[in-house]
Amino acid sequence: MIHDIEYETMPREALEAIQLRRLQNTLARVYSSVPFYRDAFNAAGIKPSDIKSLSDLSRIPFTTKKDLRDNYPFNMFAVPMDNVVRIHASSGTTGQPTVVGYTARDIGTWSNLMARALAAGGAGRGDIIHNAYGYGLFTGGLGIHYGAERLGASVIPVSGGNTKRQVVIMKDFGPTILTSTPSYALHLAEVAEEVGVSFDSLKFKFGVFGAEPWSEKMREEIERKLNLIAVDIYGLSEVMGPGIAIECHEGKKGLHVFEDHFIPEIVDPETLELLPYGEKGELVFTSLTKEAFPVIRYRTRDITSLNPEPCICGRTHVRMSRVTGRSDDMLIIRGVNVFPTQIESVLMETEEVEPHYQLVVDREDNLDVLTVKVEVSERTFTDEVKGLQSLERRISKNIKELLGVSARVKLVEPKGIDRSQGKAVRVVDNRNI
Amino acid sequence: MKVEQISVFLENKSGRLSEVTAILAESEVNIRALALADTSDFGVLRLIVDDTENARKALKNNGFTVGKTNVIAVEVPDQPGGLHHILTLFYKADINVEYMYAFVRSSGDNAVMIFRIEKEEEAIRLLEKNGVSVIDGQRLYSI
Ligand SMILES: [Zn+2]
Repeated sequence: MIHDIEYETMPREALEAIQLRRLQNTLARVYSSVPFYRDAFNAAGIKPSDIKSLSDLSRIPFTTKKDLRDNYPFNMFAVPMDNVVRIHASSGTTGQPTVVGYTARDIGTWSNLMARALAAGGAGRGDIIHNAYGYGLFTGGLGIHYGAERLGASVIPVSGGNTKRQVVIMKDFGPTILTSTPSYALHLAEVAEEVGVSFDSLKFKFGVFGAEPWSEKMREEIERKLNLIAVDIYGLSEVMGPGIAIECHEGKKGLHVFEDHFIPEIVDPETLELLPYGEKGELVFTSLTKEAFPVIRYRTRDITSLNPEPCICGRTHVRMSRVTGRSDDMLIIRGVNVFPTQIESVLMETEEVEPHYQLVVDREDNLDVLTVKVEVSERTFTDEVKGLQSLERRISKNIKELLGVSARVKLVEPKGIDRSQGKAVRVVDNRNI
Repeated sequence: MKVEQISVFLENKSGRLSEVTAILAESEVNIRALALADTSDFGVLRLIVDDTENARKALKNNGFTVGKTNVIAVEVPDQPGGLHHILTLFYKADINVEYMYAFVRSSGDNAVMIFRIEKEEEAIRLLEKNGVSVIDGQRLYSI
């Protein structure tokens, strides 16, 4: 179902007229109220009034994660604090967290966009949504929650963790929609199996998964193990949170970006040159309606491409392809670019292992050494050491063939790789460069 | 005539083996034979116990990957050439031994060897035809 039929199926021309008007308003507002943007525009010799068409956007300087950090905590806010009703922060896995704020109207916009996203993922009034995204500073839990309420669905704010209890809730409350990270969805499947609950006996129809990169193979695995239709959702707290883009369950081929609220661009992460539709590069966002925390040409670090072709669902908004990695998650191993999701796709094709993995990079004698830790699977475990060793060699060979990089594959015990706490830690880089 | 053996995947981390033995002790499972095959990364622990199902469940519940395989237990005369005789029989019949290890206790005057063989039916027939005694599970667990 399309939640916001007027805006989501708007002809491109009308959509672009709205984008331009909203862009001009946003630029004027940040120029007058956020010193960082005023300085950046001045340094580039640009005034908001110079922006006369959407293509003029490319003249405006980029904003980076570092800029947000430098303005920690509230200096990027475009409204006085007494208009801010909510504060979230991104996890500071590397350095300082970034802090974002929302006005009451921002929360309303976000709720509406999340309602759109859930509807595109198959949810509607009467559905029961099992929301296993973490509640807290992370935008996932509350973002989905408000959207579910806006949609008129019943939401179970179960959050992350205590997985055995979650299985009981799934059995007793009969939720029809699951929202979680893809790795947690697989963890739920494992725990359900351990306690003897089959997903075939549960009522799930659709699942909306995101907040970490995942592959098409992982989708197949989730759909098979959880007996539901899985779609990809995209968002990041710096731009808003979940609900910036969503895959429609009818098409399941790319995520519609809600272009009446955000302008997506794809740039070359090295040269920063704008790339045409279809080409892979770094995703850049400009918000069009946000009040407390507008972002202008924010570099997400996520690698994707945009597809403007019409979609069978009827939405006219461009689709971004599944994020294949982050330009800062990208590992350079002996000069070869490696995205964790590429390794994941190799593992997904290997029946004998679970899709839980971790990449560890060390430097030994000035050479990069990549170790892929992957869990041995109960289903196919044999007691033959030879068999297990040849499995390691086979995975290593497949990685070499696909990526051109040598990897040492190390089988680990089940649950040897932590995944119960929301986002899985996929990369441990021990190189001190 | 087959004997059930359980195998456990172990990472080479200190203390993992003693965790297995602790779990089995807690579940009142008695270990009758044990062999560890290991590489630099991981090991496979093979166990013959008096209560296979109970042991399997206890280990699984504690997060171990557990497999079950059939092996055969053979009485080997406790004298020079005893084992050689049996291996020669297998070799001549083109029966491949994946691995073998010794059972802790003996059966009367004979030692007991555990063999993992793919063609186990064939192996059992061959041994019995040649007068070598194969011990079944029930008897083995109670030795
Ligand atoms: Zn669509």
